[in-house]
Amino acid sequence: MLQTEALSYFYNKENPLHFPDLKCERGEQLLLLGQSGCGKTTLLHLLGGLLLPKGGKISINNTDITKLSSTELDKFRGQEIGIIFQKAHFVNALTVEENLLLAQSLAGNNPDKNAVHGFLQKLNVFHKLHSKTSELSQGEQQRVAIARALVNRPSLILADEPTSALDDTNTKEVIELLEQQAKDSNACLLIVTHDGRLKERFSNRVELTRPNIEI
Amino acid sequence: MIKLAWKNLTSKPLSMLLSVLLFALGVGLISLLLILNKQLQEKFDKNLAGVDLVIGAKGSPLQLILSSMYHVDNPTGNIPIKEVRPFLNPKHPLIKTAIPLSGGDSYRGFRIIGTTHEILNLYEGAIGEGKKWEKNLDAVIGASVAEKTGLKVGSRFKSAHGLIDVEELIDMHRDDADFVVTGILKPSGSVLDQLILTNTQSIWYVHDTHDHGDGNHEEHDHAHEGHDHNHDHDGHHHPPVEPTKALRDEIDKDITALLIKFKGRNAQTLNMPRSINENTDLLAASPAYELNRLYDLMGSGELLLRYIAFIIIIVSGLSIFIALYNSLKERRYELALMRVMGASRAKLFFLIILEGILLAIIGYILGIVLSHIAMSLLAGYMESSYRYTFSGWIFLKEEIYLLIAALGIGFLAAILPAFQAFKTDISTTLSRN
Repeated sequence: MLQTEALSYFYNKENPLHFPDLKCERGEQLLLLGQSGCGKTTLLHLLGGLLLPKGGKISINNTDITKLSSTELDKFRGQEIGIIFQKAHFVNALTVEENLLLAQSLAGNNPDKNAVHGFLQKLNVFHKLHSKTSELSQGEQQRVAIARALVNRPSLILADEPTSALDDTNTKEVIELLEQQAKDSNACLLIVTHDGRLKERFSNRVELTRPNIEI
Repeated sequence: MIKLAWKNLTSKPLSMLLSVLLFALGVGLISLLLILNKQLQEKFDKNLAGVDLVIGAKGSPLQLILSSMYHVDNPTGNIPIKEVRPFLNPKHPLIKTAIPLSGGDSYRGFRIIGTTHEILNLYEGAIGEGKKWEKNLDAVIGASVAEKTGLKVGSRFKSAHGLIDVEELIDMHRDDADFVVTGILKPSGSVLDQLILTNTQSIWYVHDTHDHGDGNHEEHDHAHEGHDHNHDHDGHHHPPVEPTKALRDEIDKDITALLIKFKGRNAQTLNMPRSINENTDLLAASPAYELNRLYDLMGSGELLLRYIAFIIIIVSGLSIFIALYNSLKERRYELALMRVMGASRAKLFFLIILEGILLAIIGYILGIVLSHIAMSLLAGYMESSYRYTFSGWIFLKEEIYLLIAALGIGFLAAILPAFQAFKTDISTTLSRN
């Protein structure tokens, strides 16, 4: 499903980042751990096709995304990859429902209200359907963000510190939902975090090290 | 996409309001100038009616044209028939038609013009109801006159001395005979619509009785049965008015002006105005020439307004640009997010362009509505003061051009912000937060 090979990136040539090879199958979870500054977010952006690597290969669903053109990559990302960020962001002018419908149509799918309502129900935020996203609590926002990441049934779900802004109760709830939904849609879930609370839940872990130590 | 652009705009209505209002103001001003100009020119040109020369009393040539062709200004004075007699000769070698006009009286603000039937051919007027004037005090009224005063065929009315419609200032010919409406003209869009036409003799008739009391006129008496003559009997003695007598033989009467059409144009007709102006006490003015002068005068004012309007539009374009640019700064993250969700660069570019164009369209629609409302208000004002009918609800093809220009400005104002959106770097934008 997801496979990387000799992935590297640098912001400046003196400080290259080399990432360990990753492998993750459908329905599996992978936890990427590491202290800040070790390139966690950079790796996630590479995997999501938001950044192009300086070297190596990323294969998702048998597609080498480093070989795609910008437009093809946008389309691929919309359909195959769902990304959840540390802090949930939305198109502020739109309601919860409209944000999800937008996610569908931007990915090139037909807006499907039933699917949107289904995901919101599973994530316990259906009652906020017509609220503006800015009116939601952080826990609710993160759950809507998860719904948005799932709504196009991607094969890869990337989560960047999805729980760092949440308290313990919300963390537990959100991570359980995330795991459950990823399994339900038979997607590969990759979580990048330094949050110790998540360590215990996932057996499949990769530690990232600081680049300067590696040299 | 359009929906998203619309939602983006309406979620911050205040920041967009100024740009839209400015845009509407600019568009509105230009469109108002266009429709006003168009209608004015139409009225002027329609009423030009191929008149080559207007002869009247000495004064301002423009005033003569305005008063005798457009019936908006005061006449320059009267001219004795004795002096224009040659022009009235049907055998004149150069003149095809010469139409005498006698004015100075009105009914409820509508001017009463004593003239000949030829004026109907001149303005292509046709009787819609009733028949043409034949006898003294027969009157044929224009379509607007009929509509506004409620006069019908067979109605009687008294004329008032002067051209104003203010109750206290009206010097009614109270003691005189009533005019009788014999016909109503079809609407022609020309000046005839707002005139009351009668024969020249009726004007003399009313004024004779007004100035000189009963005296010894026979037909005077039977028209004035039972009224007490309290005019000053000052002994002036005008011969009786006979409708059958040729106008040009009424050598001691006056008319106000003479509209002349030449048989053709040649050196003689070209020189005629000058020789009249130099050798007689009359004033000859060429409507085409005077109108061009008037257009020139109006034109420079209009040009200035047009420049101001264009400047307003450019400023509003700039303000659209600034509004979009500012909102873009706030929405950086949002745009990166849309890229994450699968939107291509081109899509974001298109979205911002769409927002700019939408703003321009809203401004355009608002501006057009404003200008047409302003025009209909103006039309009401012009109608009450000049008796000319204008409409606020005429749409011109120039307004389509204006729409295209508006779209262009919306596009131009959006292009830089759109390009900014186009090259948004997803990764840096997302990780900066």
